[in-house]
Amino acid sequence: MANSINCNKCNSDGSPLLDVTSTAGLKQIAVLGMPNTGKSTFFNRLTGANASVGNWPGITVDLMAAKIKLGQQETQVVDLPGIYDLRGFSEDEEVVRKFLESNPVHLVIIILNAAQLDRQISLALQIKHIGLPALLLLNMADEAPKFGVQIEPESIARHLEMPVVQMSAKYGQGYAQARNSIVAQLGRQSEPMLAGKIDKNLVTDAEFATEMGALLQDGFHVSAEFKETITTKIDRVLLHPVFGLPIFFGLMYLMFQMVYTIGKPLQDGLNSGVEWFKTAAVEPALSFLPKFPHDLLIDGLYGGMATVAAFLPVIWIFFICMAIVEDSGYLSRSAYLMDAFMERLGLDGRSFVMSLMGFGCNVPAIMGLRVMRSPALRLLSMLVIPFSLCSARLNVFIFMTTALFNANVAPLVLFSLYLFSFAAAILTAFIFKGKYPNQEPLILELPPYRFPTVRQMLLRAWSETKHFLRFSWRFIIFGVVAIWLCNNLPTNVEPASAGTISGEIGRALQPILGPIGINPKLSVALIFGFIAKEIVLGGLAVIYATKQDAGLAGAIAKEIDWVQAYSFMLFTLLYVPCLSTVAVIKAESKSIKFAVMGVLWSLVLAWSASFIFYQGARLLGF
Amino acid sequence: MSLAELSALPLETTASILGVNADTALEHRLQALGFRVGKQISVIRKAWLGGPLHVRIGTTEVIMRRCDARSIQVQPN
Ligand SMILES: Nc1nc2c(ncn2[C@@H]2O[C@H](COP(=O)(O)OP(=O)(O)OP(=O)(O)O)[C@@H](O)[C@H]2O)c(=O)[nH]1
Repeated sequence: MANSINCNKCNSDGSPLLDVTSTAGLKQIAVLGMPNTGKSTFFNRLTGANASVGNWPGITVDLMAAKIKLGQQETQVVDLPGIYDLRGFSEDEEVVRKFLESNPVHLVIIILNAAQLDRQISLALQIKHIGLPALLLLNMADEAPKFGVQIEPESIARHLEMPVVQMSAKYGQGYAQARNSIVAQLGRQSEPMLAGKIDKNLVTDAEFATEMGALLQDGFHVSAEFKETITTKIDRVLLHPVFGLPIFFGLMYLMFQMVYTIGKPLQDGLNSGVEWFKTAAVEPALSFLPKFPHDLLIDGLYGGMATVAAFLPVIWIFFICMAIVEDSGYLSRSAYLMDAFMERLGLDGRSFVMSLMGFGCNVPAIMGLRVMRSPALRLLSMLVIPFSLCSARLNVFIFMTTALFNANVAPLVLFSLYLFSFAAAILTAFIFKGKYPNQEPLILELPPYRFPTVRQMLLRAWSETKHFLRFSWRFIIFGVVAIWLCNNLPTNVEPASAGTISGEIGRALQPILGPIGINPKLSVALIFGFIAKEIVLGGLAVIYATKQDAGLAGAIAKEIDWVQAYSFMLFTLLYVPCLSTVAVIKAESKSIKFAVMGVLWSLVLAWSASFIFYQGARLLGF
Repeated sequence: MSLAELSALPLETTASILGVNADTALEHRLQALGFRVGKQISVIRKAWLGGPLHVRIGTTEVIMRRCDARSIQVQPN
């Protein structure tokens, strides 16, 4: 076969790489569709969510792919990015074009939204003109009748010269038939086919419009009356000119409050379990070791990792909520609500949506900026997103707020940090917008309101938790052990005293960190927090476990007051996002200079904010 | 009423699209979203402070900035 796929570089998030060495005898399927038509939902259903990442000839980004058995046939299914138009100029459109031009396939599965077939059918027509073997799945068949849409798959199939099946990838109706149809098509296609130069094979706009008109005339009927849907009713409230924004911020607040209320007890439970396991199993098992390695393993490794592991429930709940928010269609509404404001900051509604995604994790949010074409807009957004309070930082803050504030004010303190996060983002955009001017159009679809199935929520939460574990484990182990060593070397002085390495580092940094209330001990956690914010917490556990046996929270509360703690949290919120974020910023901006500039700016901002807060609070007598 | 730009179309008035006058990239995107000559279109709401328009075209709803909406010529019914 012509397309030997080579993929030997290790994927950055550590997911297993696809074994693509043996493509002989393997049939190739590419899944193509417009954005937001349920492509991923279908792909997960078809492949059992067992996809891995791989790279392909001709294109530079990684794509998801899975090997499955369809009928008797071993098949590799590749999920292409969602696109509007094969002639398009966006990065995703370029990727799809290159993929089809350089990778022969046995079948292209086209997925379109049945309710919007009147416009989306253009993509299927383009594939027909290119001449690739294809099959059209009309997804969201469950929603189409609500819009008064009626479809005749047979006549559409006749026009397109390919099989057409209606289905619902989310709820499963029609899926079995869709799958059978795929198997049958695959059986008929023995040789894979390559798309010729795609631009050459497309017809003129006028011919295209005529053909599309004839097809829709025969196969697509929509009742002339516009049907009032639940979505239009909800929109009247949520997009209300006056109440829209307050409702939006209220809902966000509720969501974070919920993460906090449900997550905290779970976290406490897990913590005591971990502590129990330490006394019951780990300590006895390691008791034969001499003191230094014994303490390194227990206080350093186990202690640090355990604190971090205790945050898995919070991450899990957070992403259950994110699954709901993302699926609901509310994010594009928030872009509508915020665009007037964002435009004045030199950004647009999409930057706002990506910043919101950044509250989960900055890394995918920055990668998501690829949908924008204007480099200036992307760069400005890249400067702004790192100030989004990601779930790693949330862990640190939940921990410190519970340790130092009583249960009534803790959620408010946390909320104030969210406000600071917004403020920092706004300030940054405002300062840098002159440097990155853009005129990118903003045109976004508003999908109908939806609610994810339990399966979708669990899948999302699970994959993010897995991702967190895979992604951060190495960093965390390295960071926590390094902090422990700094605290305990050289061995001839009292651990964590001024004579240790961390004592030295802390003292050296006091001229800078002293004025913002960060003591030498906390300084070390901050330094290592540059690698990943999760380390801050594991680091604190290590630093404070060396002396006291009381819980970490109690130990910290004894040494620092709330003003110091808040200053520490402000600094943690604003300074350099984790190393991975810096790495993607560098990769996406293709400029080390830009990445370094972003890091420096965040340090300056963090220090200034903490300085003003700390000195101000002290002046006021706190 | 005579022909107008989409940005000037009053709320809840249905119009048909006469033409799209944008650069190729934007034109392709608009076509894929359903903005083709002859299609029926209406503006459902406009965000305050010069914010985006909420537009319905067929069964698709999109938001777009007023400046981008200027490139679409419509004829109110
Ligand atoms: N009602 C309904 N909703 C669906 C169906 N399939 C997917 N969805 C929803 O449609 C939305 C988009 O689904 P995704 O699978 O993320 O769509 P996608 O095409 O991969 O989107 P991109 O990642 O933007 O390309 C989600 O909210 C899904 O839950 C379906 O058959 N019926």
